[in-house]
Amino acid sequence: MSSRLLTETPDVVTVGVDLFERTLADQGVEVTAVDWRPPSVDGAVLGALDVHRLATANAEAFDRLVAAEPHWVGIASARDAVGIETGQFLHAGPPLTWERASGPMRGALVGAMLYEGMADTPDEAIAIGERGELELAPCHSAGAVGPMAGVVSPSMPMFRVHNDAFGNDAWCTLNEGLGKVLRYGAYADEVVERLTWMQQVLGPALADAVGVHGPLDLRSLVANALQMGDELHNRNRAATSLFVRELMPSLLATDRPTAQLAEVADFVNGNDHFFLNLVMPAAKAATDPCRDIDGSSMVVAMARNGTDFGIQVSGTGDAWFVGPAGVPDGLFLGDYTAEDANPDIGDSTITETSGLGGFAMAAAPAIVKFIGGEVADALEATQSMYGITIGEHPAYQVPILDFRGTPTGIDVVRIVRSGVVPFVNTGIAGREAGTGQVGAGLVTPPMEVFTAAVEALADRARAG
Amino acid sequence: MATHLATRSGVYADSVTLMQVSQAVAGTEGVEAALVAMGTPVNLELLPGMGFDTDELDAGPNDLVVAIRASDEDALAAGLDAVDASLAGGGGGTRGFGAPPAPRTTADAIDEDTTLVLVSTPGEHAVAEARDALAAGVDVMVFSDHVSVDDEVALKDVAAEAGLLVMGPDAGTAIVGGVGLGFANVVSPGPVGIVAASGTGAQQLTCLLDDAGIGISHVLGVGGRDLSAAVGGRATLAALALLDEDPATELVVVLSKPPAPDVAEAVTTAADAAATPVRTALLGPGRDDLTTVAEGIATALDRPWPAPTSWPADPPPRRRPGRLVGLFAGGTLATEAVLLAAEVLADPVHANVATDVAAPLDGAVTADGHLVVDLGEDDYTAGRPHPMIDQSLRLERIAAEAPDAAVLLLDVVLGHGAHPDPAGELAPALTSALDANPGLAVVVSLCGTAGDPQDREAQAAALHAAGASVHLSNAEAVRTAAGLIEA
Repeated sequence: MSSRLLTETPDVVTVGVDLFERTLADQGVEVTAVDWRPPSVDGAVLGALDVHRLATANAEAFDRLVAAEPHWVGIASARDAVGIETGQFLHAGPPLTWERASGPMRGALVGAMLYEGMADTPDEAIAIGERGELELAPCHSAGAVGPMAGVVSPSMPMFRVHNDAFGNDAWCTLNEGLGKVLRYGAYADEVVERLTWMQQVLGPALADAVGVHGPLDLRSLVANALQMGDELHNRNRAATSLFVRELMPSLLATDRPTAQLAEVADFVNGNDHFFLNLVMPAAKAATDPCRDIDGSSMVVAMARNGTDFGIQVSGTGDAWFVGPAGVPDGLFLGDYTAEDANPDIGDSTITETSGLGGFAMAAAPAIVKFIGGEVADALEATQSMYGITIGEHPAYQVPILDFRGTPTGIDVVRIVRSGVVPFVNTGIAGREAGTGQVGAGLVTPPMEVFTAAVEALADRARAG
Repeated sequence: MATHLATRSGVYADSVTLMQVSQAVAGTEGVEAALVAMGTPVNLELLPGMGFDTDELDAGPNDLVVAIRASDEDALAAGLDAVDASLAGGGGGTRGFGAPPAPRTTADAIDEDTTLVLVSTPGEHAVAEARDALAAGVDVMVFSDHVSVDDEVALKDVAAEAGLLVMGPDAGTAIVGGVGLGFANVVSPGPVGIVAASGTGAQQLTCLLDDAGIGISHVLGVGGRDLSAAVGGRATLAALALLDEDPATELVVVLSKPPAPDVAEAVTTAADAAATPVRTALLGPGRDDLTTVAEGIATALDRPWPAPTSWPADPPPRRRPGRLVGLFAGGTLATEAVLLAAEVLADPVHANVATDVAAPLDGAVTADGHLVVDLGEDDYTAGRPHPMIDQSLRLERIAAEAPDAAVLLLDVVLGHGAHPDPAGELAPALTSALDANPGLAVVVSLCGTAGDPQDREAQAAALHAAGASVHLSNAEAVRTAAGLIEA
């Protein structure tokens, strides 16, 4: 027998009635009480899962996730990168139609149509959308991710990130900066002009620079940035600085005109979020090889389209489990208030999906105001995520937690059992098309998406 | 008059805690009615009866419902403050710097030092927690009932493969190295190890042995179904093996209802093979009562057997015609009462415990004629704590039965987990009952030890002062009570 009940000093975990915790404590016994609450699914649903198979499959999914070696290797147009043609657009989150699209999503599509020359005025673009002439698909379905609206059109340059461990690629557009930008649904002339400059100057310059530099190790850069106060979702200041430092010699070694190089350096350096569009495809490149592991309850995509919040789970194929996207809580820019906020939007939750963002909040005390104001809030956020994740990331560590690895590999079964949902940091878009960013903060994912995923896993388990 | 009726989502507390919260709120000055409870159908049905209009209330079982009616707005506000204060509990005021949040699942709570997981969630959810324990290589006691036989067998098979023990489901009592788990009495260490398929049966046996100066090494509860054909004695055999290996245990007692024939054979084979002597004590018609079992153990250990302590009523009550009414909290104590009363009484005994000798109650709480009712049965415990914790149902039944009863028979179970002062509530109820029916005799079966936190002597004295005969032996209490009925 390996039972230690009669041979060792009693040390009891109680789960359920508080009374038994108290009676044990009264007897001087070491006792740990589970802060239990009923799961969001029937006991029979959890009972249908084969726990042994679940543990094995999740261990495999987690191992693949943390084995990823994402490198930035190049830049290509969306046409070449993800194979879209004029009239075809990718967007953030689960599948969506124009009819159901929110203000910022429509705004971003309008801006992209203007940028691609499909329409001369916003009204023309809106008419195209209303006639149903746009072909829309989620970024995630094309090996890509996009922040906020995440709209990708054929001419946009995209970062190519290669996962050396598994040989797969992931793609993401280049970050436009803050304020009135396409990803927040703005489509004024300045927005389209900036996109054009990015296509003609920024993209080619960065492509040359990475050619000189060779593959740039994103895993190592992310690990470094975590130790410098970034959580890599709402704070990318350290990562962007490291990126600039790493790339600058190679950029200067290209044979581009000095004035162009100065523009590029100034643009990248002036945008604290530039690196977001590199950490996102790094995370996507890491999570994609974790798909389709039979029996695994690990989340491989978590994304919002401004209307729906959706997840995909390793053991349930391409199915999206969706629920209503919540309106984020947080801090608002200028005179904007919560009334101006659009429901949650963007693929940037791929950072949380891979153990960063809200899950690494404890690494980023500088931005605790977004989430309640106290450093203890940040520490609590990260620590509460260990209960819903499969493991701890070996490379991504949090100094203040004694370099404990970040909570990594979101498990839908642990979520429905604990009642704890992923802690998600996010930017906040204005609800009116054309507004742009209005704030940043925190959003609560709808429990129903995790519940539905567990029910689907149970159905598969019952079917054998 | 001011009323508050609202739900709070994202808040959960178990029914015992909420009962205390409700009481604290109801005790606030100016509060006339208060219910703080999860929005289960049972709880929601309570509200109209308390005078709350629930037409607009939209509450599910995961919502906390707060209902307060008070004399005015100030009293209502005080009541709501009491809700918050009671729910907040006794935690410190400091946020701490990086203290990890409390674990939400058993898997999260287990560390390398954990030796046991005690599961008392609603039965539907107990399996997931128990699986966590086994997966981490830790023994588990499942106090919860309403776990399916299939799940029980599956858990015990996983345990067997890992060399672990699953106590339960529906295991009410265990004592490990002197530590009481679930409902258990404070006993001295000693040579007797018990494998128990019955919670209050184990409590009665350990209390009687302790009273006779015979100590207990361990009590391992296995759940009432373990010795059925379906479960096959899986936990009993595992527990037997553990006690056989335990150096402190000189005699093993297996306490159960008569097992299924195949299972009996397996247990006998294991008992014969054990290095430690094993006695089986089977509870049923025509078999030894628990007091006789305890005496047999004393004899086997070559120890003296003093008669179990009792506090007879003074003056001794006379025999009288009429009904015997037994109102029990302990299931096995009730069963023993039915078996022994049926031997003595000429007329049938109505009871809700499964025996061949009683007339069934079929879900009712009373019947004409002699009556023994286990108030811990599911029929009566839905939506409220067990009568060993919450005596309100029993107090209600005492008041209702006393006028038409000749002899009232009660059990009072002490020990860890039980009500902190049962006599404090029962004694006044008995006084009222005797006022209402001066011809009534009251007999109490007091299951407890001198070391129990409730102070057994004080409990016995309070019940005795109220007019009851008090007996440590349940069998003796039943025979005394039944013997007072004139045929």
